[in-house]
Amino acid sequence: MPEFLPVDSVGIVSPQRFHFDEPLPLRSGKVIKSYDLMVETYGELNADKSNAILICPALSGDHHAAGYHSMADKKPGWWDVCIGPGKPIDTNHFFVVSLNNLGGCAGSTGPGSINPDTGTWYGPEFPVVTVRDWVNSQARLADRLGVQQWAAVIGGSLGGMQVMRWSISYPERVRHAIMLAVAPKLSAQNIAFNEVARQSITGDPDFHAGRYRDYGTIPKKGLMLARMVGHITYLSDSAMREKFGKATQEIKEASLNLGRDLRAGKLSFGFDVDFQVESYLHYQGERFSETFDANSYLLMTKALDYFDPSVDYDGDLSKAFAKSDCRFLLVSYSTDWRFPPERTQEIVTALLKAGKQVSYLDIEADEGHDAFLLPVPRYMQAMTTYLNRVKQEVAC
Amino acid sequence: MRADLEIIQKWIKPGSRVLDLGCGDGSLLAYLRDNKQTIGIGLEIDNQKIDACLDKGIDVIQQDMNKGLDNFESHSFDTVLLTQTLQAMHYPDLLVEEMLRIGKNCIVTFPNFGNWKSRAYIAFKGRMPVSDFMPYQWYDTPNIHFCTVRDFDDFCRDKNIDVITRTVVDNKHRDSAIIRAFPNLLSEIAIYHFARGQQGGQ
Repeated sequence: MPEFLPVDSVGIVSPQRFHFDEPLPLRSGKVIKSYDLMVETYGELNADKSNAILICPALSGDHHAAGYHSMADKKPGWWDVCIGPGKPIDTNHFFVVSLNNLGGCAGSTGPGSINPDTGTWYGPEFPVVTVRDWVNSQARLADRLGVQQWAAVIGGSLGGMQVMRWSISYPERVRHAIMLAVAPKLSAQNIAFNEVARQSITGDPDFHAGRYRDYGTIPKKGLMLARMVGHITYLSDSAMREKFGKATQEIKEASLNLGRDLRAGKLSFGFDVDFQVESYLHYQGERFSETFDANSYLLMTKALDYFDPSVDYDGDLSKAFAKSDCRFLLVSYSTDWRFPPERTQEIVTALLKAGKQVSYLDIEADEGHDAFLLPVPRYMQAMTTYLNRVKQEVAC
Repeated sequence: MRADLEIIQKWIKPGSRVLDLGCGDGSLLAYLRDNKQTIGIGLEIDNQKIDACLDKGIDVIQQDMNKGLDNFESHSFDTVLLTQTLQAMHYPDLLVEEMLRIGKNCIVTFPNFGNWKSRAYIAFKGRMPVSDFMPYQWYDTPNIHFCTVRDFDDFCRDKNIDVITRTVVDNKHRDSAIIRAFPNLLSEIAIYHFARGQQGGQ
């Protein structure tokens, strides 16, 4: 709980609900007849509406990217390190828009919403939405806000994929595309982890083929397992050693203990939690299972699996970028093993081949995939420098 | 502006696409953008220098040239530049080949090790030359592949590289008739503009 608000915080914020009546055709061929998007904005839109920045959320990210909803909040929004007055995405100059995507579970229309056709909640009937569908819905949000062109569209991981899609589908509406910890499409290994996550959810006896609410239950155990496996892929080996090797650091032993700190100081010789890392994963999984919806999780992982903008261009990503008119900044992180630097470099290579203006940074960071959410100094500095230029361009 | 940039910019066509290998703080690309309307991209590995590029609005790719330039398409740039870096490369010959593949024409500058001062330093002191211009000891120098003007001339001939222009200057990048008369002995910096076949489309 913040006793008082930090000076570089956007402060107390409230989400807004935007309702859309125009049906949204989906890539699958299905249609969402009408829908709501939950949105937060920070900063002021300038007179010529040129200073707007869209934040595309990652898998579990929602509209609450910065600030606090109340003084009782324990934590600020998910990207508060980057968004605020004087921060890299400087709300003294930019009008920042953040949303909960369709299919999510933080207030936008999703599996937990009422299906107008049946009068009951969607559950597993909610159509599979893709990155392309999300970006189409975000474009309608831009129309509603009066934003013809974003000064920048920014996102990491699944959010970075939305940024890529923006640059391809709406070339004239993006000035700068900033993609962090991103890949042009998932590898078999990435999909495999997602499938383990999905199987743990759908295999939970409380899942009830996605209609768990009708039974007054949630597939807590399955969702917890899904998050645990996901979390392992977000951290790096080095980050885990650091995080769970504190005891060693304190007593300054010469050898590393590889992050094998014990929870109770000794082995139990049973099958309960022995190591801190286990306890941490349990905690993360449990907390997530209390706040995230299982059907939404399934949808998000499918959106990841299906993402591949090269499919419409004979598998040649550089052709997908042919019409893109923005400048690109891509950032990768050395210990990210979910989307390692080589995966991000595939996009850089495609952009170079397409003759686009692109900058690329390969950041040394121990934090793994999660690094893009954390205040890694070198990365924060580069974002600040880059966005300062954007600020000058749009004169805000 | 840097004197070597003054010489180089004359060889850059307005509006052309320029790749600067080891672009440093991006000042050459910024100058070319502002005065020749070029579209440029730099390669750099140093974090501070990359930041300086971003600050100027110069596009920069963080990439180690020693690991190759496979990610660049053939003939995708008009001019590929390499200023004061050739001697620090692991495989200068392969790098020059890659430059010729990527660019229609290339510009390389390097310190001339055949200069009389270097020769005299070794001849009279019996030690590897250390100067204000090249202030490193033999064990910590990044410059691992020094060459002379004569060496590079031979190299271009052996590799069928057409030298479009060769400029030789002192360490203040001043040109003079006496340096031109004895380039390998008197010049401190050599600046080559070259291509392969069809004279770089000039």
